[in-house]
Amino acid sequence: MRRTEGMIVRSIVCIKRVPDSEARIRISADGMSLDPSGVKFVMNPYDEFALEEALRLKEASGQGSVTAITVGPEEARETLRSALAMGADEGVLLRAEAAADGLVVARALADEIAAREYDLVLCGKQAIDGDNMQVPAMVAQMLGVPCATVVVELRVEGGVAKAKREIEGGHEVVEFDLPGVVAAQKGLNEPRYPSLKGIMAAKRKPLSEKDVTLSEPKLELVGLTPPPARPEPQIVGEGPDAVPELVRLLREEAKVL
Amino acid sequence: MADILAYAETRGGALRPVAAEVVATARTIADQMGGQVVAVVAGGPGSTGSAGDLGRFGADRVLVAESESFALYQPDAAVELLASIAGEASPGAILFPASAQGKDLAARLAARLDRPLASEVTEVEVEDGVPVVTRPMYGGKAYGRFRFLESPALISLRPNVFPATVNPRESEIVDLPASDVTARTRVVAVESAERGALDVREAPVVVAGGRGMGDPANWRLLEDLVAALGDDATLGASRAVVDAGWRPHSEQVGQTGKVVSPSLYFAVGISGAIQHLAGMRTAGVIVAVNKDAEAPIFSVANYGVVGDLFEVLPRLTEEIRAVRTTGG
Repeated sequence: MRRTEGMIVRSIVCIKRVPDSEARIRISADGMSLDPSGVKFVMNPYDEFALEEALRLKEASGQGSVTAITVGPEEARETLRSALAMGADEGVLLRAEAAADGLVVARALADEIAAREYDLVLCGKQAIDGDNMQVPAMVAQMLGVPCATVVVELRVEGGVAKAKREIEGGHEVVEFDLPGVVAAQKGLNEPRYPSLKGIMAAKRKPLSEKDVTLSEPKLELVGLTPPPARPEPQIVGEGPDAVPELVRLLREEAKVL
Repeated sequence: MADILAYAETRGGALRPVAAEVVATARTIADQMGGQVVAVVAGGPGSTGSAGDLGRFGADRVLVAESESFALYQPDAAVELLASIAGEASPGAILFPASAQGKDLAARLAARLDRPLASEVTEVEVEDGVPVVTRPMYGGKAYGRFRFLESPALISLRPNVFPATVNPRESEIVDLPASDVTARTRVVAVESAERGALDVREAPVVVAGGRGMGDPANWRLLEDLVAALGDDATLGASRAVVDAGWRPHSEQVGQTGKVVSPSLYFAVGISGAIQHLAGMRTAGVIVAVNKDAEAPIFSVANYGVVGDLFEVLPRLTEEIRAVRTTGG
């Protein structure tokens, strides 16, 4: 499936530490941020697809490298350790406070990536906290390289990436010459779990850290609120006998049929 | 006085339904900011003809770049096209649909112009002449309000949220010259799914099934209900059944799938994990069918039926077919 003919792929994978998808989200007293107490943090699930793909590209050719980079707080070191345990060769923590503006994060990543040699930058299609779906395409534009977002299939042949990206009701087939950026969608692969051996090996892998100063945000968060309340739920009845009343309510009360 | 640019997405030379939502919303904002609505169409042969329709939703001017190469999405050319229009028009905001194409293009353009972008917006207001937007975050578990500190404000609008209000204008159609931008990212083909083009995010009615369906073969019961509901309806799925390989990823509703806002959502055999509820709680009307009266799905459902879905579903399909065919 994944062929990397004549190609050593040096991948950079951008990852983010986010609240687990099963986590309940509570808002802090300031009304501006997430209350992190009791929240389990994990690697953004879409980043796992990106990392897995990078690892498979390296394994398919027997050569190349996988570098995981994150912009985040001290605690994001643990997320990088998870990436190293899955098989990444190196981790880079760009220490910074959270930014609500995707442009700011993309700039920090692009500056770091531009100083490195790479063939492919892989990201998750979006982080499940901010849900922006911005950073991968922004990074590509800033680096002046091509980009395919929402990718569910990837092949690298020679110096060309061929990707299938999910669009409404189908797929787009996208090609570009490396280097470039790919943003992973669920379905691209099945991410591995770190093995015990991988977890042990991760402790000896290089993990560098540096403070970065983020650029001034151009988008300001002015408030965070719980989602709007749903109307009072109503149990129409039990079993198929409740159906005529349900259909009546949908027509006459809700007016949606 | 600031004009509003509206990116009107096309496919196969025809406007996509979200194009009307984007232009109509641009009209609302432009009226508050005291400017004009300038719609931009980059599409294949036939686009100029379709573009005329945008006046109906409030476009004062429609700029059309029609060419063979724009028959498929060409991100690099589209970015440069919008950058040059934005450079001349100095718009107050640029609106996109939060579609696969709209979100890809908006992010590229934000970086190209070095201007802020808010994605998947569900509410737009104008305060002191500046757009202030509300958007779901954490898969819909919280809503953030954002103020733009620089102009133009780039905004992508969640499909199915903003009404395509008819607000006719005598619109002027302007043909733009062909692009000579070299494509770094080459879109070479579009493959359509078998089921047609109605995406779970854009469908007005969604019928979603979960593990309670018992077996992938039982999806014919949901397909029957979709058929009874008509052309506006499509299938959705819970994460559990997608992870089990019963249904394709493209149908998954929830925090790690698609966040949907249809006017009517049926949750059948779905217990209602927190990440699923986050992804569908903005639906207009939610109907839940589940055998477990304690299932969390009932806490967000307008109407719940407790019972065996294998008995409830065929009856529901039959009753809906009956009311739809009588037209009553």
